[in-house]
Amino acid sequence: MNPTALIAIPLLPLVAAVIAGLFGRLIGRAGAHTLTCAAVGFSCALSLTVLKQIYWDGVAAYDAPVYTWLISDGMHMEVGFLIDRLTALMMAVVTFVSLCVHVYTIGYMSDDPGYTRFFSYISLFTFSMLMLVMANNFMQLFFGWEAVGLVSYLLIGFWYTRPSAIFANLKAFIVNRIGDFGFVLGIAGIAYFTHSLAYRDAFAAAPQIAHALVLLSATGGVPALTLICICLFIGAMGKSAQVPLHVWLPDSMEGPTPISALIHAATMVTAGIFMVARMSPLFEYSDAALSFVLVIGATTAFFMGLLGVVNNDIKRVIAYSTLSQLGYMTVALGVSAYGAAIFHLMTHAFFKALLFLAAGSVIIALHHEQDMRRMGGLAKYMPVTAVTCWIGALALIGTPFFSGFYSKDAIIEAVGESPRWGATYAYWCVLCGVFVTALYTFRMLFLTFHGPERFRATADTHAAPPGEHAARVPEDPRESPAVVTLPLIALAIPSVIIGALTVGPVLFGGYFGHSIFVLTGNDVSGARAADFRGPVQFALHGLMAPPFWFALAGVVTAWACFLWRPMWAQAAARTFAWLYRPLTQKYYFDWFNEQVLAALTRFIGVGLWKGGDEGLIDGLMVNGGAASVGWFGGLVRRVQSGYLYSYAFWMVIGLAVLLGWFLARTRF
Amino acid sequence: MHGLLSILIWLPILAGVLIVLLGDRNIVAGRWLALAASLATLALSVPLWSSFDTGTAALQFVEKLPWIPRFDAWYALGVDGISLPLIVLTAFMTVPVVIAAWTVIETRPAQYYAAFLIMEGLMIGVFSASDALLFYFFWEAMLIPMFLIIGIWGGPRRVYATIKFFLYTFLGSVFMLAALIYMYVKAGSYSIASLQALPLTLIEQRWIFVALLLAFAVKVPMFPVHTWLPDAHVEAPTGGSVILAAIMLKMGGYGFLRFSLPIVPDASRELDLLVIALSLIAVVYIGLVALVQQDMKKLIAYSSIAHMGFVTLGAFVIYEIVRNTGSVQGAGMGLDGAMVQMVSHGLISGALFLCVGVLYDRVHSRQIADYGGVINTMPAFAAFMVLFALANTGLPGTSGFVGEFLVIVASFRASFWYSLLAAVTLVLGAAYTLWLVKRVIFGPVVSPRVAALQDLNSREYIVLTALALAVLVVGVWPAPLLRVMQPSIQHLVSQAIATKL
Repeated sequence: MNPTALIAIPLLPLVAAVIAGLFGRLIGRAGAHTLTCAAVGFSCALSLTVLKQIYWDGVAAYDAPVYTWLISDGMHMEVGFLIDRLTALMMAVVTFVSLCVHVYTIGYMSDDPGYTRFFSYISLFTFSMLMLVMANNFMQLFFGWEAVGLVSYLLIGFWYTRPSAIFANLKAFIVNRIGDFGFVLGIAGIAYFTHSLAYRDAFAAAPQIAHALVLLSATGGVPALTLICICLFIGAMGKSAQVPLHVWLPDSMEGPTPISALIHAATMVTAGIFMVARMSPLFEYSDAALSFVLVIGATTAFFMGLLGVVNNDIKRVIAYSTLSQLGYMTVALGVSAYGAAIFHLMTHAFFKALLFLAAGSVIIALHHEQDMRRMGGLAKYMPVTAVTCWIGALALIGTPFFSGFYSKDAIIEAVGESPRWGATYAYWCVLCGVFVTALYTFRMLFLTFHGPERFRATADTHAAPPGEHAARVPEDPRESPAVVTLPLIALAIPSVIIGALTVGPVLFGGYFGHSIFVLTGNDVSGARAADFRGPVQFALHGLMAPPFWFALAGVVTAWACFLWRPMWAQAAARTFAWLYRPLTQKYYFDWFNEQVLAALTRFIGVGLWKGGDEGLIDGLMVNGGAASVGWFGGLVRRVQSGYLYSYAFWMVIGLAVLLGWFLARTRF
Repeated sequence: MHGLLSILIWLPILAGVLIVLLGDRNIVAGRWLALAASLATLALSVPLWSSFDTGTAALQFVEKLPWIPRFDAWYALGVDGISLPLIVLTAFMTVPVVIAAWTVIETRPAQYYAAFLIMEGLMIGVFSASDALLFYFFWEAMLIPMFLIIGIWGGPRRVYATIKFFLYTFLGSVFMLAALIYMYVKAGSYSIASLQALPLTLIEQRWIFVALLLAFAVKVPMFPVHTWLPDAHVEAPTGGSVILAAIMLKMGGYGFLRFSLPIVPDASRELDLLVIALSLIAVVYIGLVALVQQDMKKLIAYSSIAHMGFVTLGAFVIYEIVRNTGSVQGAGMGLDGAMVQMVSHGLISGALFLCVGVLYDRVHSRQIADYGGVINTMPAFAAFMVLFALANTGLPGTSGFVGEFLVIVASFRASFWYSLLAAVTLVLGAAYTLWLVKRVIFGPVVSPRVAALQDLNSREYIVLTALALAVLVVGVWPAPLLRVMQPSIQHLVSQAIATKL
């Protein structure tokens, strides 16, 4: 592979971001979007070339430094690239979705005053994500890891005058930092045991350090790799929004819609999934860490999906869906089905980006209305959006032959066959999760595109939030312009076909080769490769399997409760209030974090400040005692006489002159 | 270039004296002279860096002249990889202070510029003295201009702050002087190298360690002798805060590296847990205190204390690394981290205080509650402030990350718990810094005063751009800095882990 081309892939978006950010006013709106789109387009083309070289031409994996960041105590910390099949696939997904989002943004943000700034941010995001996936060492991984966190901070707070947006972005950054806190400890552990931050050294050393101990007290310790892997995974829990670090993601909907697509589909949130897959040579040696991953993922997959059923904000429903789908990917990681996790990551990237952009299209058509209770019947007015959204929904619930089916089915089967501790719990979570997914997805679809038109009555009572269009047009909603619908179509096509096209090679054909490592005893996906007889057979077999019937039940329930007999849903909410209320309160996570954790932290801070610093140290030790106060007062009086400063000033000059004189005397 | 260090010390001091002589009536000339002198000093520090031999730990640019022959005290100067970055930092940070004062200081401007230039020379003297008495001379002399800066140009409670500052640092220094004199009596020389080679019993070492600790801990400042710093910062004018945070605090860290570790290695080894514990308290306790501050300068002052905790942690964790692993591997990384953290904190805290100064010049308030939505009226300023705030949270790609990362990684070798507590800064640092940003920068415009704000003028632009570039360069490519330090750090490791018994 050509190193220059590899460097260009992340660097082009960076340069475009810097130019658009610093000289936005100079190059203008058209300049900014042309530049950033061209840069990301080039990156995408180059990434696809890399994918072609790696997969079809059989070029060997590339692993080389770009430059030495620093050398400390003999440890080389470098910026460098590892390009293998896993990386190549991620690069292609990241740049492709990113390109779609760039194009879509031209239409979506056209009348926003922060237009050039927005393009700068999303290009910077593409750069950060590429640095993350292309890294060949932990230092750079952490750089990319934090950089995507930074840009998401900037993007969520894009409309910085909105109190909810700047609350959400602070929350996102801090919650992610809690994850990074674990992540950096994991990296420190790697450095401790391998004296290196390069992946290849860590992977090579994994079998040896699997049984080393990290001492946590004089007598006890934990297996090193278990500690390291759990620490690294805590980082992934932050980025990939796993319970209990998921709380930032629904709030991050405060950003403009293209970000939601970018953050929630292809990029930031999948960083954690990618990282664990990348680190498979480490995780494989710790069953305890993988069980931890499995249980967290299963919990997220089921319980976060449930929240999607009760929410009324169209973007938030999709956000909860993302949480749940990330849970599926995490479950796959937990049963060593890394390939299935990345496969689901890829298919999900397409159909989830599609759903977000479709939601965005609806939101523009309704002049920034996001509440589904004020939608309905839009299919008539927005046929392209409705059809593409249907496609995304069918893919999401795992309809056979659609892309989501292949990846989700592979995960559920892998969990069913895994002997790992926690797998039974996880199996029921992901299976019931299928029902829940179908329920919330079709609830959204029915409430938005079908049924009675509810958007007219409230059209002018709802005030648009600041920073967005305030004007309300009384006429019918109209289909969005081509810059919006073209990306929808561009994403709808892979949402249908990408699963069937790639399931063979990616999942069962050993696509990942050496880039993902699975111990023979853990290989649940590999065992099923022998039974695989093409995507059609696979899908036909899926029609007989429980997940399909669970999904169907979900769709029927959604239809019955939200389209056919809407009063049923209301009755259920009343009857099952004990269940409904915790759901609408999001299991009280936010309440706990804000009212208990944050309040307690501030309380301790005030206590330490007033009690410790001002009370104990200053009050007792420094200013305390009548004698010292009097003496202090005496000093103060003398200072106020007005002479001390000039006296002291001349004293230092005198000292300097004295010293200078000694110097001069000795020299001449 | 022979005599370069002397020029770096005396050029700003002479310029300062000249400015005082010119007086306030010729302030235009004085101002330009101040700028020219500070720029010249910075320019002269370039050859210091470029012709520095990175292959040796020996002192370079050595100058030695008899000073007080009766006491065998020499005017002896020299730099190694530990002092060089700090000298360059001093020269670099004085320039923005001079520029930032341009039209802002109205009372006694001549003395203001003079005080900073004289202080610059004295601070460079501290970092380049290779004779302990000369070091002490510069160390104490430097207090006087800072004392004046806070006392004359400070805020309403400046007298309290000045006295507190002076007493704290002076009391600490007295113990250091006693220790230096004791060692002089034994060694017959004030040369730092001979003190480092002086054999000392464990009992002696303990006493000397404690005496030095008092002096350096106050300067850093370490918990629990840190309370002078928030007061001093709050009352100091912008330039005073910048120099205080950027350079003066580094003298404490420099003292540990230059005196404590090599001169009393056995006592350092014995009492390392004390320093490590105080450092970790600084990170966690002070981080929590910073979170609830209402005054921007106080918040940044507390943040400084927490960040300087990494310097002392990195310096003393080396003994625990050796104890835990039986190997010196990683010790150098702790010291590297401590050094980089000093340089980086100098840049970032200086920049943050300048940012607060920019706001203070316009609104005359340091209270967070008086701001909100500044980004609406000062977008360029907001961009800088957010950048420096993110650097303060240790974001990779900025200088703030490098030192903290190295110290956390090195600490893991000593104990998982040390690195865990140190890493708490990732969360707390982000919380207090970005909460500040949220309340001051973001949001809707909260008051007519904020609505009337003017964005950066060209002087402020230049200053903040230079600092932003420095923060980014050190963050993206710290290798040159580490390379300059490397032989000296290795030498220091061997001195620090050797025993004198």
